[in-house]
Amino acid sequence: MKGVLDLLVIVLCLVLGAALWWAMLDLPSSRIHLAEQVAAKLDASGVTHPVTAVLLNFRGYDTLIEVMVLFVALIGMLTQAEKGSQWLSAGYRPPPLPAPPFHLEVLQWLARVLVPLMILTAGYLLWAGAHRAGGAFQAAALLAGAGVLLNLAGLLPAWTTFRAGMRAGSITGLLFFVLAAAATAAAPHGHLLQYPAGWAGMLILLIETGLTLSLGLILAGFFLLLSAEASDGSDTEE
Amino acid sequence: MTSALIYALTGAALFLIGVAGLILQPHLLRKIIGFNIMASGIFLVLVGLGQREGSVDPVSQAMVLTGIVVSVAATALALALARRLLDLTGKMRLPGSGEGMPGKKPDA
Amino acid sequence: MTLDLLLVAALLWTAVQSLATPNLFRGVVLFIVFGLFMALVWVRLHAADIALAEAAIGAGLTGALLLNGVGHLRAKQQSTLP
Repeated sequence: MKGVLDLLVIVLCLVLGAALWWAMLDLPSSRIHLAEQVAAKLDASGVTHPVTAVLLNFRGYDTLIEVMVLFVALIGMLTQAEKGSQWLSAGYRPPPLPAPPFHLEVLQWLARVLVPLMILTAGYLLWAGAHRAGGAFQAAALLAGAGVLLNLAGLLPAWTTFRAGMRAGSITGLLFFVLAAAATAAAPHGHLLQYPAGWAGMLILLIETGLTLSLGLILAGFFLLLSAEASDGSDTEE
Repeated sequence: MTSALIYALTGAALFLIGVAGLILQPHLLRKIIGFNIMASGIFLVLVGLGQREGSVDPVSQAMVLTGIVVSVAATALALALARRLLDLTGKMRLPGSGEGMPGKKPDA
Repeated sequence: MTLDLLLVAALLWTAVQSLATPNLFRGVVLFIVFGLFMALVWVRLHAADIALAEAAIGAGLTGALLLNGVGHLRAKQQSTLP
């Protein structure tokens, strides 16, 4: 019975795949050329890299809602925390880190060398996003990677609580973005995230800086929250 | 046939590989992997179809960049939920699935 | 074109294997390899932004999260075994 059902799923997937392939090969060429529209307005966007122009200017509201999604995901993970009462209490301090085992010393040395370089590269990526590949997301991912490396090397404790500094840091970028959106929408003759002429480049850089810090904290938080539960579980069971 | 169209067709295939994995594998971590492969397939279709006439399309690239970041958030939330289920039930599979297979050992 | 077809083959193989291989740890590692192949594909599609994000987030962070999940699962299984 199980085998027959499995086979049915595979056959249905193959049929759907054939239909998708047929639809793609039969697709007429598009009459809307978004790339040309982006290129025509690129000078007014405040940046010279088209992907950044789309992300932070032409379709800035997509990015705004995406950051909200990330924040909601972090909140959702907090609600799944094992020790519900302890998590959100402001006074809770995590226990001090134990002395590292010998095999971690090499990793700690590596982390101490690499993490400053990663932070430097994140800063470069943030700045480079205005005119070439790079930007807030890649920079934030590097910062989060630095956080993961520090945690694995035993230099950064996992999040067993969600302290005020973390709350403030993970919401700052989003708040600034929302403020910019509200200000541009409220301005006379303004539309949502339509930056005033001449200010676009500066505003995009400020928004991206805030997003890098907050997204880096949120992405690192995804890992640090999950690794906290892992160590909690093994501690209580042993 | 441009190479972008080849990648779009590959994306459709990857999407369905992910769907099959999501349905057929009882283990929740496998389901999460299948879900990520589905997402990668969709991203390939978006960019591949957008660029199938050979020109680079920054709009679809920006959308996919957004999508990658959202998919890691979804993965993290799914892992938190799966871990909660593991702590509550001791199993990493959905209630009611995989119970009727005595010969099959759970993944190590 | 040859490179594209090789990449396509590598993507499909790692995707199927990461879902079908019996060992879960192997599956997660193959998924990380899949993410790195995806990053190469984005370079082939002239999407350097996505390639950077995919390598850092798709392969790196998602891989770390999944490996952490496998580790937690193993710790749980060892603690429940007599």
